[in-house]
Amino acid sequence: MHTVIDFIHANEQEVYIVILMIFLGIEIIGRVPSVLHTPLMSGANAIHGVVIIGAIIVMGKAESGNTVALVLGFLAVVLGTLNVVGGFVVTDRMLEMFKKKKKN
Amino acid sequence: MGVSILSIFYLFAAVTYILGLKMLSKPSTARAGNLIAAGGMIIAIFGTIFLYEDHGKKLGNYGWIFSAIAIGIVIGTVTAKKIKMTAMPELVSFFNGMGGACASLISIVEFDYLVRAGNPAETYFSDVAHPGHYLAIIAGTIIGSVSFAGSMIAWGKLNGSIKDIVFKGQHLVNMVVLLLLLGLSIYTYHSPTAQVRILFYSTVALALIYGVFFVMPIGGADMPVVISLLNSFTGVAAACGGFLYNNKAMLTGGILVGAAGTLLTVLMCQAMNRSLVNVLIGNFGGGQSKAVAGGKGPQGSVKEISVSDAAMVMGYSKKVMIVPGYGLAVAQAQHTCHDLEKALDERGVEVKYAIHPVAGRMPGHMNVLLAEADVSYDKLLEMDQANQEFKDTDVVLVLGANDVVNPAAKNDPSSPIYGMPVLEVEQAKTVIVNKRSMKPGYAGIENELFFHPKTSMLFGDAKKVLQELLQELKNA
Repeated sequence: MHTVIDFIHANEQEVYIVILMIFLGIEIIGRVPSVLHTPLMSGANAIHGVVIIGAIIVMGKAESGNTVALVLGFLAVVLGTLNVVGGFVVTDRMLEMFKKKKKN
Repeated sequence: MGVSILSIFYLFAAVTYILGLKMLSKPSTARAGNLIAAGGMIIAIFGTIFLYEDHGKKLGNYGWIFSAIAIGIVIGTVTAKKIKMTAMPELVSFFNGMGGACASLISIVEFDYLVRAGNPAETYFSDVAHPGHYLAIIAGTIIGSVSFAGSMIAWGKLNGSIKDIVFKGQHLVNMVVLLLLLGLSIYTYHSPTAQVRILFYSTVALALIYGVFFVMPIGGADMPVVISLLNSFTGVAAACGGFLYNNKAMLTGGILVGAAGTLLTVLMCQAMNRSLVNVLIGNFGGGQSKAVAGGKGPQGSVKEISVSDAAMVMGYSKKVMIVPGYGLAVAQAQHTCHDLEKALDERGVEVKYAIHPVAGRMPGHMNVLLAEADVSYDKLLEMDQANQEFKDTDVVLVLGANDVVNPAAKNDPSSPIYGMPVLEVEQAKTVIVNKRSMKPGYAGIENELFFHPKTSMLFGDAKKVLQELLQELKNA
């Protein structure tokens, strides 16, 4: 119990962000028409690719002798980039078709 | 100075994610929203590479970082550009798995640093690691690994390379694995530092196993729900990274997706009139025993119709409603379908599409597919609207849809899909069902609609049948 209170106190800002983002995330999605469900899921998928920041940090601070960090970090950056780039490109491809149709 | 600029970059990125998601939820702004979020992501990535400081030290290994990013960009772009629209759901699942693996790898490396920092001879791991720090690492690893393994299984199931596997007591086994996973994470924290590596790697392995077990028994019909859920898992795993590095952009993006993904999952379950728990442990679609045990299989005979008769019936009707399903996606028949719609339209037949929210393999799957073929928005009817219009419809053409038009969902309480809202196509004057065979749909249950007196079956691949129909209409 003590640890939990300490943790919340030490990470007060982060805890606020978590709680506010939970409400915001629900609020935003709540009004999505079902037509956009697939692109939205794909777009959200691309956004959680933000995890690549962590991968870059791991890679960038790895010392030359630390094989574990170098190899896993490299792999993490590749996979993270795949998530980000693939996610945004696929979403754009889906939405491009919607747009094209609206002009007709 | 660099660090303060970076924090502004992160703030900017966080705003673009929120704005991007918001704009993605409106058709008119969706594309711009996606690009805005992508722009924020680029700024966050390059800001991190050039401005991030770890205890006053800038990042190095630029060669490694840029070659890794280059590899990712090439593979990611090529895959995303080349993939067929019909394979979209499994691709989303695949990219989601990559994000999960990335989060997991980060935590594994951070754990490695933590162990190295400790004195293995005398200390317990709990003396080395701050509880909050450990929590972020272990949660990131477990959630990321589960998401990775689960997404890969979902990916395999959707492209047909992995079959549903169900054995007795599977949910009990899953529960035990999950409890073991939690127990092991706590035990690892209170173990001597010398043993902690092997315990931690066992936890990673167990998490991967859990991910496989978690998705394995869930039937193909429920894959959309699972992908959406795993999507939100990866979001939470990314947010764990945000805690680890005190990074607000990761935290914002991760939690935003975690919350939004969870709600989207619940919305999907609601569309099927089932609870999330029921989806996850309900064994829906996987258990053939259930379908057999249902007992009273639909009786009566199936009536077949020839292509020319079908073309005739549609060509001389006033209103045709097309009900697309996964069969249309598999056959890549969306363009031919649109051509048929135009041909009927030229003959003065009113054509509309009735879209069930969970038709296909993802919510909105059919919308994306028909959008690709330039079918106009106002021809697509949502379920409630379509159900009102079936009464005045002359011909309903069901293209490779099955469970979403199964009347058992309304009439048969013993059916596993009982209670799911369906398209009430039997209200129309005539129903023509195109299927490849009499095989039951993804849910593995018989469909009494096919035995209905109003129904005629038109067997064959959707694309081939549509082309033949088109030809007949032109000749007529």
